[in-house]
Amino acid sequence: MSLDSSDVEKIAHLARLAIAPEQTERYAADLSNILDLVAQMDAVDTTDVEPMAHPLHMAQRLRADAPSEPNQRERFQANAPLAEAGLYLVPKVIE
Amino acid sequence: MQNKSIAQLAADLRLRTYSSVELTKHYLERIARLDPGLNSFITVAEESALAAAARADQALKAGDAGPLTGIPIAHKDIFCTQGVKTTCGSRMLENFVAPYDATVVEKLAAAGAVVLGKTNMDEFAMGSSNETSYYGAVKNPWNPDLVPGGSSGGSAAAVAARLCAAATGTDTGGSIRQPAALCGITGIKPTYGRCSRWGMIAFASSLDQAGVMARSAADAAFVLDEMAGFDRRDSTSADVPVPDYVDALDNDLKGLRIGLPKEYFGEGLDAGVARSIQAAIDEYRRLGAEIVEISLPNSPLSVPVYYVVAPAECSSNLARFDGVRYGHRCAEPKDLEDLYKRSRAEGFGPEVRRRIMIGTYVLSAGYYDAYYLKAQKIRQLIADDFKRAFEQVDVIMGPTAPATAFPLGAKMDDPVSMYLNDIYTIATNLAGLPGISVPVAPVDGLPVGLQIIGNYFEEARLLNVAHMLQHVTHWHQAAPVGFE
Repeated sequence: MSLDSSDVEKIAHLARLAIAPEQTERYAADLSNILDLVAQMDAVDTTDVEPMAHPLHMAQRLRADAPSEPNQRERFQANAPLAEAGLYLVPKVIE
Repeated sequence: MQNKSIAQLAADLRLRTYSSVELTKHYLERIARLDPGLNSFITVAEESALAAAARADQALKAGDAGPLTGIPIAHKDIFCTQGVKTTCGSRMLENFVAPYDATVVEKLAAAGAVVLGKTNMDEFAMGSSNETSYYGAVKNPWNPDLVPGGSSGGSAAAVAARLCAAATGTDTGGSIRQPAALCGITGIKPTYGRCSRWGMIAFASSLDQAGVMARSAADAAFVLDEMAGFDRRDSTSADVPVPDYVDALDNDLKGLRIGLPKEYFGEGLDAGVARSIQAAIDEYRRLGAEIVEISLPNSPLSVPVYYVVAPAECSSNLARFDGVRYGHRCAEPKDLEDLYKRSRAEGFGPEVRRRIMIGTYVLSAGYYDAYYLKAQKIRQLIADDFKRAFEQVDVIMGPTAPATAFPLGAKMDDPVSMYLNDIYTIATNLAGLPGISVPVAPVDGLPVGLQIIGNYFEEARLLNVAHMLQHVTHWHQAAPVGFE
């Protein structure tokens, strides 16, 4: 499997990662090498094999829909790069 | 003091041979003197450690001590610690102070352990050499030109260098066992779900598991006794009773059936490492164990499967780092998309970016069946191999890593060659099984790890089997020169 620079740009956009134009070729080569390794999977016949989603085949535990944690907004927002009046600030989204 | 077992330290503390404050100061002094050459700690929490030690001394005086009261340990910097920085080895979290303790941190604190600080690690636990850390590579105490392994390389180096009595680690594809092997210590990755993942920064959620890195299986048993157990806050935590790991340490091994998978002894395994593993197997034979050759036919596929499953889950988990709620934010974003893209590009290092991109690709529209679904199916085949093997044997043994520690920088330009370090450890994570690495005879003065894999929730047996080897051999007691 071989990726080119335009594939890398598309993936980087989906992943919301800025990539300098001079880096795309290196990424294309590295990612292609990893996908070559992964391609060993193609040789395996997996017809009728159930995919394994959880190592212990446990079902998702459910709990009552009731608050389990106290509100600690100020404490959590202390880690925000930019917060004001209980709000996270970002560049203007709506004109 | 730094060479004493946890049981000896606990006994000395109870007899007031020395206090926890004295013991903690002793370790802090060793860290200040010896760690500049290793870089195994990202943060040393001197003040809170001494305060915890003083509280431990009070508890000891009051006769109110737990099994780990006053014992100085370290946490891998992936575990959230309230009031002490948690970086996960990343620039992204350079200034992050968690508002809460991870369950594992909370449980060990409740058992009385004193936390000396937070250990270095590969960024977001992605790496096998501890070179992807934003805070610099960790050096192997056995030879500072070599890597300590990763991702829990800081914990492994700190334990090997006797800078703490034990340390926590996490293992997604070998991140406890491989550095334990390369640094000559004992490291156990429990069954998936055995220890809570709450407050442990997520990398690949269907594989991540917390464990212990210590100088012996007995020390690891003392720590795991306190760490393991159900936690309602972790939705994948296993609600399975925890046996007493210390109690089981001395069980007789007569009649133990040990499986040697032929796939773990083939091409790619260093000849010296193979001889050391054989010598350890011979010790087990003398202890009354029976050796059986087995096959894990799908195990060669574990690395390809892992490099679909782990990046896919990592790309999803690391989407939370958006430069808005916590973590690094770029300067002067021109719009929201620019803020996301540049904050993430600046906050994550090259290996993390690579894995996010692979994960994004394999999960993108049109590729899911060919990659993620296919990988999950082969993952089932890998787990089925183990299931069949455990119908025949009690434990599986083989090398932890294909060779001894490699030089710093040797594999950084070739991600795929780095990934192949974990060729013997990854299958256990994919199956969710527990594994332990135990030091055996060194090769050219460098540590070698024997890997022992057990059936689900058989940590007690793994620690017992490892302990009995350490009962009749001295490999685990060797200390690197300059750190004795």
